[in-house]
Amino acid sequence: MVETKSSKTHKDKAKAAAAKPAAFGEDIDLGIYVSSAEEQPYQADPSKLPLKTKERMLEAGVILDNPSQRTGTFIQMDNAPVHSSVRQEGVEVMAVSQALEKYDWLSDYWWQAVAVDTDKYTANVELSQHNGYFIRTLPGYKTIYPVQACLYLAKARLAQNVHNIIIAEENSELHIITGCTTALREEAGLHLGVSEFYIKKGAKITFTMIHNWNPEVAVRPRSAAIVEDNGLFLSNYVLMKPVHSLQMYPTAKCGGENAVVRFNSILVAGPGSSLDVGSRVILNAKGAKTEIISRAITTGGSIVARGYIEGNAPDVKGHLECRGLILAEEGMIHAIPELKGTLAGVDLSHEAAVGKIAEEEVEYFMARGLTRSEATATIVRGFLRVDIEGLPPLLGAELQRAIAASEKDIM
Amino acid sequence: MSDIALSIKQLTVKVEGKEILHNINLEMKLGETHVLFGPNGSGKTTLLMAIMGFPKYRVTRGKIIFKGQDITKLSLDERARLGIGMSFQRPPVVRGVKTRDMVAACLKGQGNEERIKQLAEKANLADFLDREINYGFSGGEIKRSELMQLLAQRPTLTLIDEPESGVDLVNISLIGELLNSLLEKDCPIPERKCTGLIITHTGHILDYVNARTGYVMCGGVIGCEGDPREILTTIREKGYQECVRCFLRRTPSG
Repeated sequence: MVETKSSKTHKDKAKAAAAKPAAFGEDIDLGIYVSSAEEQPYQADPSKLPLKTKERMLEAGVILDNPSQRTGTFIQMDNAPVHSSVRQEGVEVMAVSQALEKYDWLSDYWWQAVAVDTDKYTANVELSQHNGYFIRTLPGYKTIYPVQACLYLAKARLAQNVHNIIIAEENSELHIITGCTTALREEAGLHLGVSEFYIKKGAKITFTMIHNWNPEVAVRPRSAAIVEDNGLFLSNYVLMKPVHSLQMYPTAKCGGENAVVRFNSILVAGPGSSLDVGSRVILNAKGAKTEIISRAITTGGSIVARGYIEGNAPDVKGHLECRGLILAEEGMIHAIPELKGTLAGVDLSHEAAVGKIAEEEVEYFMARGLTRSEATATIVRGFLRVDIEGLPPLLGAELQRAIAASEKDIM
Repeated sequence: MSDIALSIKQLTVKVEGKEILHNINLEMKLGETHVLFGPNGSGKTTLLMAIMGFPKYRVTRGKIIFKGQDITKLSLDERARLGIGMSFQRPPVVRGVKTRDMVAACLKGQGNEERIKQLAEKANLADFLDREINYGFSGGEIKRSELMQLLAQRPTLTLIDEPESGVDLVNISLIGELLNSLLEKDCPIPERKCTGLIITHTGHILDYVNARTGYVMCGGVIGCEGDPREILTTIREKGYQECVRCFLRRTPSG
């Protein structure tokens, strides 16, 4: 159990919010989940994990057999960290409980980006058994390869509670790939994940998250980032596998001048999946910029694709692009792009489009000799391709591979 | 095999229930280039779309024979795979699909990166391969990109809709070169297999590409057939009104 200096205040606030419904998404009955699981043994060598487990993790971008492509690794099963290691100087990867013991100052970051009383899910993370990862780059250090983190749900009907703290100290560069997945193919589970990102002056974090759940799992991530002067936060989110219900609305606050935030999301909802996913950026300092891009495909499920940019400082710029493809008769996509400017000199824009594949585009490819299904596949593949500026080539290629691996499920 | 590339017999075409083409007859030998003139709305594009096989263009009577095979009932993609290609006048933008992917699709796995690069250089589009297809392309860039794709696809019969429209003088000579390459104009006449049917409203393209036969379309019929330069001279001197008058004189019912 994680204890912090200010635990009492957090606990009190959490208790007060324990029944507070979230602003968006279906209300999940937390009572049907169990909150603790058996201890998991620590694995000094994660390549010794069972083959099936490793395969599930690999599908979510977590490579355990060849550590040379990763700067560090963290694995949490249910609510217990089972491995953490790091291969590069200037980079720290450990369980957040361990980090809180090591660093007194860490409590200053605890629940600072995300409010503990946001809703019953954040409250539950604070009030129940939980752990998570702490990843930090020291000033001036740059990760050569990404740090990988895996949050693995093993026990049926478990509520997995995660609280992560990610810090890029001044002028450092941190690339993270997080894979969240489950051993369970059809049993229920709940993943509550709080992630707080702190990007100091001139620092850069790229955070690529791949979710591979199952049709019975409910997921409520709660993430927020605070970006200082000239900092960059680049978040990529990929969800192409079935999930029962997922709602998240990560927020980045650009408090520093010329801070840059980019959110890219790729969402696929099959029959029975209900997604409510947005990205929110608050531009509070001069020259801050953001771009939010979301691509949503339904093959029968429902997707609410939100986006919100708020400009509160001079010379800020933001663009929101939200495109949805409905590939099945019964699918639903609801795009809700929102812009708010509170002074002259902000430059905010959005574009949103929802529909089926244009017949004209299909025919264009067919006139070049592609069959209808080949033409459709080409268009869908193009739709899912988001060229991500600032992502290291290795991560970009891995992201494309993860997307390509799931494409066949759509078509 | 016969040397007839395309034979159209008594073709009638409806679009959204309205008859647009009436009783069209036309024949092209392999390796020939023919030109379709005609005022706006005379049915030129409809004829090309019907030959290519777009579902919206419904053949209600007559036949389209391609290299001896009746293709009237074949689908768009089946016709493309048999060797018919088309340069679109206003192709759609397909977001996320790169020009490179389109050229690769046209090559049907027959070409490699090097071949794609060569084609792009030929069409002066080397910098466009990683751009989304047609996204933000100028008029000339669209035409060149269409011809680049066709050079990859290598159809026996190429249908080209207004290659010169919206194109400046610098571009038009390059477009002429690409068309000549596509239609094997560098080959001796008896050895040419690539056949072209070009729509031109203004006739400018004839300054760059030689054609054997010209047609004037008026109100969904072929009004006359003859030497393309002679036809063009008449059109330039007297305008399409003269073609329409001439045609009406010869049609007793008006």
